[in-house]
Amino acid sequence: MIDIELKKKMYFEMLRIRMIEEAIAERYHEQEMRCPVHLCIGQEAIAVGVCANLSKEDHVMSNHRSHGHYLAKGGDLKAMLAEIYGKETGCSYGKGGSMHLVDLSVNFTGATPIVGGSIPVAVGLAFGTALKDKKYITAVFFGDAATEEGVFSESLNFASLKKLPVVFVCENNFYSVYSPLSVRQPPERNNVSIAKAYGVAGETGDGNDVLDVYERTERAINHIKQGLGPYYLQFDTYRWREHCGPNYDNNLGYRTEDEFNFWQNRCPIKYFEKSLINEGILEGSELEKMARRVREEIEEAFEFAKKSPFPDPESLFSGVYA
Amino acid sequence: MNREITYAQAILEATVQCMESDPSVYIIGLGVPDPKGIFGTTIGLKEKFGDKRVLDMPVAENGMTGIAIGSALVGMRPIMTHQRVDFMLLSLDQIINNAAKWHYMFGGKMKVPLTIRLLVGRGWGQGPQHSQSLQALFAHIPGLKVVMPTTPYDAKGLLISAVEDDNPVIYIEHRWLHGVFGPVPEEEYTVPIGNARIMREGKDVSIVSASHMTLDALKAANLLSGQGIEAELIDLRTIRPLDEKTILDSVKKTGRLLVVDGAWKSFGVSSEIMAMVSEKAFGFLKGPPRRIAFPDIPTPTSFALANHYYPRPYDIINESRAMLGLPLLTEKQMGIENQGHLDVPDSSFTGPF
Repeated sequence: MIDIELKKKMYFEMLRIRMIEEAIAERYHEQEMRCPVHLCIGQEAIAVGVCANLSKEDHVMSNHRSHGHYLAKGGDLKAMLAEIYGKETGCSYGKGGSMHLVDLSVNFTGATPIVGGSIPVAVGLAFGTALKDKKYITAVFFGDAATEEGVFSESLNFASLKKLPVVFVCENNFYSVYSPLSVRQPPERNNVSIAKAYGVAGETGDGNDVLDVYERTERAINHIKQGLGPYYLQFDTYRWREHCGPNYDNNLGYRTEDEFNFWQNRCPIKYFEKSLINEGILEGSELEKMARRVREEIEEAFEFAKKSPFPDPESLFSGVYA
Repeated sequence: MNREITYAQAILEATVQCMESDPSVYIIGLGVPDPKGIFGTTIGLKEKFGDKRVLDMPVAENGMTGIAIGSALVGMRPIMTHQRVDFMLLSLDQIINNAAKWHYMFGGKMKVPLTIRLLVGRGWGQGPQHSQSLQALFAHIPGLKVVMPTTPYDAKGLLISAVEDDNPVIYIEHRWLHGVFGPVPEEEYTVPIGNARIMREGKDVSIVSASHMTLDALKAANLLSGQGIEAELIDLRTIRPLDEKTILDSVKKTGRLLVVDGAWKSFGVSSEIMAMVSEKAFGFLKGPPRRIAFPDIPTPTSFALANHYYPRPYDIINESRAMLGLPLLTEKQMGIENQGHLDVPDSSFTGPF
């Protein structure tokens, strides 16, 4: 049983991520956020359902579409927005941008945009942590295309070999930019079977149902804590907006309006909201209060980012070597 | 300082001392704990430190490099080995995209203290995919350091420096050096990364080389001395960061630069050094800088072809003589004819690796 407070918290986290992403989209045309942004609108439930199972000390790594993961792990919003604005106060001091978020205070250990590139690094975090006899979980988020990369298999193999405490989380949104799964993977392919072939337990779930994500992740972590090795989770979901940027792009014709509508009708936030209201856990006034709280936080964070100074040109040369 | 051990033993001793003094150091690579122990450089480590710190690994160079990087991010100091540079090209993604940039792209918040030992070398039919020398490839990447020790003394001191360094260091060892003896102190010591060594002082021409080519250059310099030419020989030891000062000071003294690089000629280390000297000491040059390097073709396998692929001391001597306006000599005149095949370091080498 997931308690009421946790349900409320997960709803709030999803709402917060959605509103932050929408706020970025609204302001993107101002040409002040001058780096690619990969918004996770529509995919919030996976980030929130997984991270709700993790402690502050547990590690999370992510990919190019990392805003939701960063925020769900507790990453600082002001530092994230300032980073996207290229400011000195950004989480990577303006060296990284949207695709290189980090917040070590909550062990969000980094996001990188080379497809699959952060998967072995995350396994390495777990390996290094295990070598130090510490017992933290590492969760790594990646998309369906990353499972096509060699390092995906290499990482499963080694994590299984060493029984490392890693949760592999595949967010299957069915597209790599404009290329659908059908041109990239044979229909017979089953990633859970692939994981199992490496000795890694796994399952698929509904990535638009935060409770389903939460419960499967909980099972994964119990499995790991029993010393049974890593776990592979794959959640189906859908990216609403374009691969990169603030717009909708159904006009391009790479996906159908019907498909888009099907998924938008299964909005993870609306879906959960309805069930929370039906169960009497939330009511309209509380929802409005939550939204107001997030709006205020967003306004404040954008103001912080916009008002922050740009990095000193001298800093261009710093930090190449430690 | 009188004790002499081989280059391979020096690497082993450095590894032992690093692992003894820092519990976060571990070594991982294909064959590390096997009976041959990476040409003798890892023999006995597993018995000494256990299989938690001395690891074999899956044949998955890119993934395993990422895993080593991740472990470094949480405070470990991995030494990763590859028995040929050619094998590890699969891991360029993790090295160039992640290891080299992690510190910079996250605003200096994390560091990657990772040492990657790469074997290069030539001979006995290693051919196009077992004997490349790619130091220039790594040296091109900001965020990486690249070292190429020549002597057993430097092999030990530079490996310890590499392991202690908070950055990814590419440590390139020429397999023909593994059997070379030299004086090595027993205690733990470091040779700083970024410092070249003047192997031999001279006033007539500055010869800059690294790794195994330095041995050929030294042989050439000694023969040149018998011909009345005093070459100054600079052993780079570190490729990146390049010790510009030592090179420039020497060129300012001799007025002549000959770069001898055991790698392809174009776009390589020799190009960089000639460009740097031309930019910073052009006025001191008495003539155009010259270089000796491998021709821009893949390494052939047949020793009949390899004999024409690799440069030899003869080439270094005549190039130096040409720079001084002296007539070229034959091998017979140099007293080095019948030096044998260029695909073995000496007659004791009978393959197969």
